[in-house]
Formats: sequence, structure tokens, C-alpha cells
Amino acid sequence: MARVLIENITKSYGETEVLHGINTDISDGEFIVIVGPSGCGKSTLLRMIAGLEDISSGTISIDGRVVNTLEPKDRDIAMVFQNYALYPHMTVFKNMAYGLKLRKFSKKNIKIRVHQAAKLLQLEELLERKPRQLSGGQRQRVAMGRCIVREPKVFLFDEPLSNLDAKLRVQMRLELRKLHKRLKVTSIYVTHDQVEAMTLGDRLVVINDGYAEQIGPPLELYEKPASIFVAGFLGSPAMNFISAQISADGKTAQLSEDVKVPVANPLSKQGITEKKVTFGIRPEHFSLSDKEKTGLPLRVDHAEFHGASTMIYGRLPGNDELITVRLPHIHHISPETVLMLTALPEHIHIFDQKTGKRI
Amino acid sequence: MIEKRPLATWFSHTVLILGVAVVAFPIWITFVGASHDAIRMPQVPLPLLPGDQFFINLKAAFVEGVGNAKEQSVGIMMFNSLIMALMIAGGKIAISLLSAFAIVYFRFPFRMIFFWMIFITLMLPVEVRILPTFEVVANLGMLNNYWGLTVPLIASATATFMFRQVFLTVPDELLEAARIDGAGPMRFFKDILLPVSRTNIAALFVILFIYGWNQYLWPLLITTDKSMYTIVMGIKQMLEAAEEAPEWHLIMMTTLLAMIPPVLVVIGMQKLFIKGLTETEK
Repeated sequence: MARVLIENITKSYGETEVLHGINTDISDGEFIVIVGPSGCGKSTLLRMIAGLEDISSGTISIDGRVVNTLEPKDRDIAMVFQNYALYPHMTVFKNMAYGLKLRKFSKKNIKIRVHQAAKLLQLEELLERKPRQLSGGQRQRVAMGRCIVREPKVFLFDEPLSNLDAKLRVQMRLELRKLHKRLKVTSIYVTHDQVEAMTLGDRLVVINDGYAEQIGPPLELYEKPASIFVAGFLGSPAMNFISAQISADGKTAQLSEDVKVPVANPLSKQGITEKKVTFGIRPEHFSLSDKEKTGLPLRVDHAEFHGASTMIYGRLPGNDELITVRLPHIHHISPETVLMLTALPEHIHIFDQKTGKRI
Repeated sequence: MIEKRPLATWFSHTVLILGVAVVAFPIWITFVGASHDAIRMPQVPLPLLPGDQFFINLKAAFVEGVGNAKEQSVGIMMFNSLIMALMIAGGKIAISLLSAFAIVYFRFPFRMIFFWMIFITLMLPVEVRILPTFEVVANLGMLNNYWGLTVPLIASATATFMFRQVFLTVPDELLEAARIDGAGPMRFFKDILLPVSRTNIAALFVILFIYGWNQYLWPLLITTDKSMYTIVMGIKQMLEAAEEAPEWHLIMMTTLLAMIPPVLVVIGMQKLFIKGLTETEK
């Protein structure tokens, strides 16, 4: 168990810099999820913490000790790989015991530890099997067992659930969460799946193109995304973005040539006038207006029934972007109907169109 | 492929039976020849059915010795061949495993130059460099011993290449997991890489054992002492009986005996051999 401090970490391959100064302070026992689209550098960051990639600049310290130049084995970390990387010729028991054997644990001690971990992960009956005789979920658990027996200071997970089918993934997610509650080991988890990120993490680090876009608890990121990227990345279905021009007095927003909507709390108070902005509204935050004439006129394209909710896809006049609306319960809405939509002011996110940052 | 056309079945069986006959007939003749006496063998036509001298010939080959002066026992020649084949196969595997390991997993200066130097030796088999190699072996005092028989044949580019390919298919994560578990390079080599390439090693062993067993030119050059003769060259020596007619019955018996060890190796390692050549999953 340990605090992991990441300061100004950069990574370059030759001339190209792929990580541009990441800073994070991961406290003891925290479960942190690094999330981002593929190729954003999140795995690279994890591998740098593990010691499998060199650090171009900046420092990483684990438990107050700078580990930049330490070998992976001396960093007191354990890692679960995406393809599990179990040793194919060793039994489950030997796979789990290997790290302990190299660390010169006594045979008796190894046995106790492996059996404890196996019990925790329900692997007791599989200890004598080879990895190829196991199912995906079981392999996954062996990979975790290999980490647990070592009792390291930090667990690193590199997209460990992405090779499992959807049902098993949900199940393993819960088990991971439970396991972390029991063991309370600092964990760093990399994924591209935002649902995994939201459900697992105490805090998320959203990485895009080598920059940390936002760091914070999942709900905070969901409710107050710091940038268009974070807003669009978290939440499913994704947030709707509507570009608009704020009027000179800050009281109305011009969405397109013929759609002008009043802004409830005049933005002029915040000094936002005459500016190109992007409104972000989540599909579930729209509601049907009770008044016929106010709101956003949405021309319905088609509707999908999900049982508990109805998804409506449509377009605003003068705009080709498809807008998604999620309404609770079942609504029978035929195509080409025009719905008037409203949203509460606190559910409307406003981003600067130039910088993509939240206003 | 399963086809239910009688003609096709009949045709393919005919082809297969013919193929087997072509391969098996000479072996049958060898066996028949080994079971007749010295008088029957030079007569025309060749016998096609076994005679009753098999065990007498077997005893002659092993106990009384073959060759001009009857001083060479087949047993000693087979033992020499066995040692030579094992040393060549073992030595080649050991050296090429290590060199492939170095080339794949280490980033040392001039790595590619070394790689291509190994590659170039493909073009220089012993037959091409036979005089300089003989000179070197002679200067090192390795004539007429097992070192001289095997060392020049051990360096092997083909095996190095094969292991390089095998190592390239081993996922990187395996190395990384081992590093995190605390394994150094040699540990990784011994604990992970060797067991993972077990079947490939076995397949290569079969091929190299037979390669070593069948060596003819090099042993012929390097051994003058009869106690160091190998069986393949021994057979050739028996044919060159100066005054008398060649003792065909003993030659056939020796040939038959010479075939046994490679056959045993192939049968014994058949499963691993096929796995090693076909299995891709690591």
C-alpha cells in the first residue's frame, strides 16, 4: 500500500512526444482509473509506472521513493495484462508461485499464500490445471491471483477485462471492486471503456492525445466536465453538442439562422457576450416542454424503445447533427413530429468553441 | 476433406500404395540381403525372400567384426555415430538457442551485423570450406577424436533462424510478466523460454540427429584411426574390399543396423516433432 506520485511525466519516441506532462497524486488505497480513447497514451503511462517503458522526463515515486531508474521487480508492483500473460507451461499454482519463488520465499510460505489467494478468487479446484485448460474468466482470475500473492504496494491493470464477453465483464467488474474493498491496495487501472471507468474508479484521469484533460471523482466528471472531450467521452449515449452564438446582451443564443433561444440566467453576468460557444446537454436531461411555443424544436427522425426509456433521434432546424433524447417511459412518437424540448439550466454545459474548455 | 467418390478413393489409395512400395522395397531388399549367406548374395537374380542366415550375420557383424581384416565391430561404429549425432544435435541446439536469444532479446551494438554474419554462414557449409576447416582442426589436434568430428559441424544458421522465429512469436507480455515477477534474463530463458519452445527443440533434435548420423564426407576426412570410424563411412569402406568380392550379406546387415537409431528417434519423438512443426499457439 502506498501513495503514488506522478510529476510532470513526459514520454517521447524520438522526436514525437506522446505524453505531455502528466501530474497525478494517487493516495494510499485509492482505485484510480486512467481512461481515454485508444492511442491516447494511457497504456504507456501505466507501463512507465511499471518500469516497462523508460521515462523521458519527470518523476514517478511510489511510497516516497523515486522509482525512475528501478527495475520493475524492485518497484514492488504487480501487473495484470490485457492478454493475462500467464506462463503457458506452468500450472495455476506455479504461475502464482513463480514471483514468490524468485523472491526466495520458503516453500511452506508460498503454499500458504497461494492457497489464500486461490480461496479468495475461487481458484482452489483449478490449482493443478494449465492455463490452456481454463476459460477466459478463470485465466483472468489467475492473473489477479499472481498479483495478490505478492502483496505488492501497487496493483496495475492494463485493460484486464477487454478480452471477456459482456456478461462476464460486468461480473468481473463487481468482483474487482469487492476485491479492492477487501485488500485496499493502491490500484491503477487503464481502460478505454467509460462504463468500467465510472463504476470502478474512486477517481478518474481522462487522457486525450497525451494530455490529462480532467482528474476527479466519476460523478464530478460527469456533472461538471472540464472540456468538450470529457463531456463527450463519459456517459452513454453521448452528450449532444449544439453550437451557438451568444448575443451581445448575453440573453439569447442563436442556434441557427431561424432558431433563437432565450438563455435563462443571462450569461452576461459571467461576462460571456458575443461569443461562439458549444452547448452540451445529455440525452437524459431533455424534457418535453409543457408550453407549445418555447423550447428547442426537434424534428424527429426515428425513435427506439428500450423498455424503461425511449430514445428519440432528431434534428434541429438548420442543423444536420443528430440529437439524441432519452425520455423515461414509453412514448409513441412518429417520425417528422416536431417536439419542443427544454432542459434545466444546471444541466446545460457551456464550452468555449475555440479552446474546448468549460465556461 | 471427405469425398464419397469411389473412383477418387481407389485412385488415391493406388498412389499411396505405390509410394509406400517405392520407399519400402529397397529396405525389404536390405533385410532380405542381410538374411542370406555370402554365397547366395552375388548370384543373379537377387533373392526376394528372406533366407535363414539373419542371426548368424547379426552375430558376425557384432562379434566377429566386418571389413577387410574383420577387425571392425559394427557396435563400435554405431557407438561412434551415436556420440557424433548426439553431440552435433545437442551442440547445434544449445548454440543456436543462445544466439537466437541474444539476437531477439538484447539490444547490443552491431546486433544486425552479427545477425547477417550468422546468415552468411548458410552459404558456407562444411563441404565448401573443407580444406581450411581441416587445417584448423588438424592444427588444434582434433583429428581422430569426437571433438574433431563434431565441432566444425555444430555452428548452425538454420537452427538459429528457426529459434529466432519461435522467440518472435512468444508474446512480449510474457517477458514483461516475468520481469515484474523478478526474473533476470537468464532466469527468463531457463524458466519461460526453454519450456515454451520445448516442442520446437524436439522437432529440431530429430532433424539434427539424422543430419549428424548421416554425416559422411567429414568423418571420412577427419578419421584415420579405425576405432573412430562412423557407421555410414564404415559401410563405404566395406564396399572397397581390395581383392575379394564385397561381402554383401554383412554390408546389408550393417546397413540395416545403421537405419535403426534414426528410426527409433523419429518414432519416439513423433508426437513432439509434429507439434513442434505445426503448433503455433504459445
